[in-house]
Amino acid sequence: MNEIPQGYYLLLAGVLFTIGTIGVLTRRNAIIIFMSIELMLNSVNLTLVAFSSFFGDSSGQIFVFFVMAIAAAEAAVGLAIVLALFRLKKTIYVDEANILKY
Amino acid sequence: MIDIGANFVSELYKSLGMFIPETVLVVTFVVAIIMDLIFRKYKNIAAFTVLAGFFVTGYTLFACNSSGYAFSQTIAINPFSQFFKFIILLTSIIIVIISFLSKELYAENRKVGEYYSMIAGMTFGMFLICSSTNLILIYLALETMSLSSYVLAGYTKEVKRSSEASLKYVIFGAISSGIMIYGISIIFGLTGSFDLLAINAKIATGNLSIAPLLVSGIMILAGIGYKISAAPFHFWTPDVYEGAPITITAYLSVASKAAGFAVLIRFVLLAFATPISQTQPVWQVFAGIDWKLVLAILSVLTMTLGNLSAIWQTNIKRLLAYSSIAHAGYMLMGLVIMTSAGVLAILVYFFMYMLMNLGAFYIVMLIANKTGSEEMDDYIGIGYRAPILAGCMVVFLLSLTGIPPTAGFIGKLYLFMAVIDARWIWLAVIGVLNSVVSLFYYVKVMRNMFIRGTDKTEEPLQFSRVSIVIALILAGANIYFGLWFEPIVRWVNECVKSLF
Repeated sequence: MNEIPQGYYLLLAGVLFTIGTIGVLTRRNAIIIFMSIELMLNSVNLTLVAFSSFFGDSSGQIFVFFVMAIAAAEAAVGLAIVLALFRLKKTIYVDEANILKY
Repeated sequence: MIDIGANFVSELYKSLGMFIPETVLVVTFVVAIIMDLIFRKYKNIAAFTVLAGFFVTGYTLFACNSSGYAFSQTIAINPFSQFFKFIILLTSIIIVIISFLSKELYAENRKVGEYYSMIAGMTFGMFLICSSTNLILIYLALETMSLSSYVLAGYTKEVKRSSEASLKYVIFGAISSGIMIYGISIIFGLTGSFDLLAINAKIATGNLSIAPLLVSGIMILAGIGYKISAAPFHFWTPDVYEGAPITITAYLSVASKAAGFAVLIRFVLLAFATPISQTQPVWQVFAGIDWKLVLAILSVLTMTLGNLSAIWQTNIKRLLAYSSIAHAGYMLMGLVIMTSAGVLAILVYFFMYMLMNLGAFYIVMLIANKTGSEEMDDYIGIGYRAPILAGCMVVFLLSLTGIPPTAGFIGKLYLFMAVIDARWIWLAVIGVLNSVVSLFYYVKVMRNMFIRGTDKTEEPLQFSRVSIVIALILAGANIYFGLWFEPIVRWVNECVKSLF
């Protein structure tokens, strides 16, 4: 049986994590930043599931459920905060939120 | 495998018995929300519910003397976690009490019920962090705390800078926790476990490759370092501290930092080090990675950056934010040396830090209530307009600098003694130099209050008697524990012993 080697999963997860990090660092739109953060979290989930099936140990997969729940909660709070800022400033570009600096 | 039988059930009962303080907090959180919904007429009903809940929690915390592991070894109840829980609970109680006096919070019929229930939720998260020994639980507890604190930082949502602070907080927080769980997943891949003790046993065998271990360790340190605002991960601190309501700034600077330090000490000492012997309380770091050097670099960066940036600040909240970064740097020194004297010094320092930092933020809040400003220039002449409060502020600032006979001096004394005993002389020298720098900007505040602007004849500020009494109590505590610190040290000593 031809199984996909474990390294491939980890490589994919690493690439996804990098894309997510670059997205967070370069994008200005707060919603796209949150999407990039989701990408980072999903790459973590992939890593955990890969290791979990490799070890035959379910604790990694259990952690994935927790991560998913937290990610949803974080997105909910984050979007609510973006909305609060949008009401005041009529913008969701993070570089325009610049009252506080230095 | 977990067997679901009589054994499991009795284990669960035993665990729940050790989990009473946390259970009380969750009940408080829920009841506060329900009370707020039912009794809509009474604005402060949630506040009083939360306060009552905190006192019950405090009682159960003292009553619960048993120590050990609960919930299949994911939670450790011992004097070390009890100490941090006590600090966090005391801070929460003080914050709830001073929130009553906050004008910005009670502005034009804002609802404050959620504010107080969120504080209860955050306290629960921090309690959990203090005792968790499992990486899953550490992550979950950190997020429980963070999600509440994001909301609290933006609670005054019609204020632009509060919303902005909260947005920055949530974005930085999400990124750092993302990095942290990536580190956790790598550690899981290396060791096959989330349990800190099992990870320790795996690393102790010494057949793990060093590079991924170093990367994952640093990733997890990034997540925790974000909470204690250690140097490369501190960017959010000044912005959030300036934008958030002052009560929440004070809360974040003490309680969330306490939780961060609790988990940092536990993580570093439990996963990457091993105690050499009972008689000679020193931790040995496993060969391969020099964690002491990594932590030393973090510590030096943190205190130097914090102190040097604080000099230029014109906003007092921002100044105190940078000063709290610097204090995190001092406390990290205690972890660098990895001796029980070092950990003892951190705990003593934290107790003193709680007293002085809460006091300083409290005075800033009272003055902002009257003058509506936190700029340094508006502090000119405050010494004559509000002499008692300005006097208390001087005590807090001297304590933050570490000048005897205040509490801050005792904290610094123990810290530097431990560092010098462990022969990290260069680190101690940098720490002392940093303290000297910090004197400069603390004195700047005092100079503005008393020496500048004596010719101005503005009318004195009126404060309620309660607010002055609270300020005097906090200032008194700063001097009291500066002179009478023996019991604290004795108590902390017991807590440190339980780490072995």
